[in-house]
Amino acid sequence: MLKIKELHASIENKEILRGVNLDLKAGEVHAIMGPNGSGKSTLASVLIGRDGYDVSGSVTYEGQDLLALSPEERAAAGVFLAFQHPVEIPGVGNMYFMRTALNSLRRQRGQEELDAVDFLALAQERMKLVEMDQTFMSRSVNEGFSGGEKKRNEILQMAILEPKLAILDETDSGLDIDALRVVASGVNALRSEGRTMLVITHHQRLLDYIVPDFVHVMAAGQIVHSGDKDLALELEANGYAGLTPRSARVGASV
Amino acid sequence: MSAPTTTVGISDEVRELADQEYQYGFSTDLETEVAPKGLSEDIIRLISAKKNEPEWLLDWRLKAYRHWITLTPPTWQHVSYGPVDYQDIIYYADPRPKKQVTSMDEVDPELRAMFDKLGISLGEQERLSGVAVDAIVDSVSVATTFKDKLAEVGVIFCSFSEAVQEHPDLVRKYLGSVVPYNDNFFACLNSAVFTDGSFCYIPKGVHCPMELSTYFRINAADTGQFERTLIIAEEGAYVSYLEGCTAPVRDKNQLHAAVVELVALEDAQIKYSTVQNWYPGDADGNGGVYNFVTKRGMASGKNAKISWTQVETGSAITWKYPGVILKGDNSVGEFYSVALTARRQQADTGSKMVHIGKNTKSTIISKAISAGHGQNTYRGLVDIRHSAVGARNFTQCDSLLIGKDSGAHTLPYIDVKNQTGQVEHEASTSKIGEEQLLYCRQRGIPEEEAVSMIVNGFCREVFKMLPMEFAVEAQKLLTVSLEGSVG
Repeated sequence: MLKIKELHASIENKEILRGVNLDLKAGEVHAIMGPNGSGKSTLASVLIGRDGYDVSGSVTYEGQDLLALSPEERAAAGVFLAFQHPVEIPGVGNMYFMRTALNSLRRQRGQEELDAVDFLALAQERMKLVEMDQTFMSRSVNEGFSGGEKKRNEILQMAILEPKLAILDETDSGLDIDALRVVASGVNALRSEGRTMLVITHHQRLLDYIVPDFVHVMAAGQIVHSGDKDLALELEANGYAGLTPRSARVGASV
Repeated sequence: MSAPTTTVGISDEVRELADQEYQYGFSTDLETEVAPKGLSEDIIRLISAKKNEPEWLLDWRLKAYRHWITLTPPTWQHVSYGPVDYQDIIYYADPRPKKQVTSMDEVDPELRAMFDKLGISLGEQERLSGVAVDAIVDSVSVATTFKDKLAEVGVIFCSFSEAVQEHPDLVRKYLGSVVPYNDNFFACLNSAVFTDGSFCYIPKGVHCPMELSTYFRINAADTGQFERTLIIAEEGAYVSYLEGCTAPVRDKNQLHAAVVELVALEDAQIKYSTVQNWYPGDADGNGGVYNFVTKRGMASGKNAKISWTQVETGSAITWKYPGVILKGDNSVGEFYSVALTARRQQADTGSKMVHIGKNTKSTIISKAISAGHGQNTYRGLVDIRHSAVGARNFTQCDSLLIGKDSGAHTLPYIDVKNQTGQVEHEASTSKIGEEQLLYCRQRGIPEEEAVSMIVNGFCREVFKMLPMEFAVEAQKLLTVSLEGSVG
């Protein structure tokens, strides 16, 4: 469902992605690990269409050229990013924001919009997944939210918008163990055959909770190793430097 | 004081909308009686005679005029515009039909059509919203409604000219008591040549039963508008006053120099709300209205409260500092403002809070949005005098920049002469707008809708201070103004 070929991206003449190749099939959960500065978050940014990058290579998403679409068109096509640092939007109610987003997606997909009552019912049901209460919805988007609340709010949006491709960028960063459990169980509840996930993290810890089908290691803008979930454990034990050649499957033809 | 500045990136699609024509751009041909161009003692005598004014008022006008000719236009404000030729302005134009209007049926059909275009059909407003409208076209009031209902509780709401005839003692007592004739260049000019405006008097203990509303409008070509508004709330009285306006497209700059004076006695409360949508000029900045206005309230009695709420989206140049003189002990002054400058618009606006009484309290919330080549300056004065024991001020001013060519500036002045005074400044810590915009778009919200959502959120603190229907209108106006002029 997502085929990334020889993807290069640079910003201000600095090359960050240097030929990324990945192939994700429907329903799979892929984890991307790697040290800081290896290009993991840049990959997420390029996939959602953030401005400012010079991009070459190809990204085919469900048969269409993803790179040719605007951010909102990618969203309408089912691409979702749980941001590493969700931004605050003062004065815009969380409930209003999510309803506007869902209805924008529905409109672009030619579906009927949900009215306030139907949306409230949907939101209340999905809020249980991430153990959020009603008070979150009446606050402004992310304003004054703690780190954990922001991350839960991201997963709530994922639950409401029901993407086909969900990219989770460092969703575990800044979470204590209880918050991590809540977020991970929310994500697990959303795993399904029709939903592909790309989980970006540099801690193996998250992968104890969200168990991936495949693990890729990114370094200096390339996927340097790919393997199954055991690769993450190996990394945990030996560090990125201690990767043995045995586990290396450069080229990521998984 | 720190002023956080936020940037929103704009796509070409949004920019394309920049050249949209001003929505309310039209003019109506009314039978207009006009004075010759130019200003002199003779013109002032003509205005005064036309309006059948008492001697004292003519003397006051002449005193103002004689002072005004000694003044030069101020240059300290952060705006630039060509010199105004005060001899090239018509100071009196009367659009009134020959016979006196007693009911809506008798109002000039062309005038009524114009109200319809503005979406403020008087009949509709009478029936549906319970709002009394004193509609001003050019310089003379042509229709006043709900007078009877207001009269029942003793509220006087009429045109300024009428007040001069019917309630000369009140006018004489309060005219110039808050903004003296020699206050500043434009207030002085207004004092000499004002032609009409609104007058409002709420007697002791009366809670005005409805929102009072006036729609202002510039119509005849080359006619400077010099409105004079005076609102008096007696002991324990309450009034909420709404002022809103649009203006037709003109290719020549139009000067608007109004004066608004509010007087709140002990325990009285005045809430004054403005939605200002004067013609802002075309994409190159030609033809917009110059809005040089003096608005001031006097909280003269104990516990008096005066609130100014303004949403400014129009005018080529806006130059106004609604303020409150907090004279009574425990009196309260508030200023909530949204100022949008797009295209080539310039605004130098803010508030003046002068604390004289004990335990006086003031709040200033200013939200400035600059798009296109718009320039927005916040200029505020918090003046805490020796006598103002325990005075407090809270100021917050935030700026939102849209696009690369707009500008925002903050110039706060603070003068504290009493050490028990407490002056607080706060600024919101919103992250840069590009991140907000991407966040919205990633969730599927198209760019233009996202900009409107972010801007309206940014202004929410001010919008919630407006009366309900007005807030909806203001929100719409802001969205329309942004759609038409971001770039």
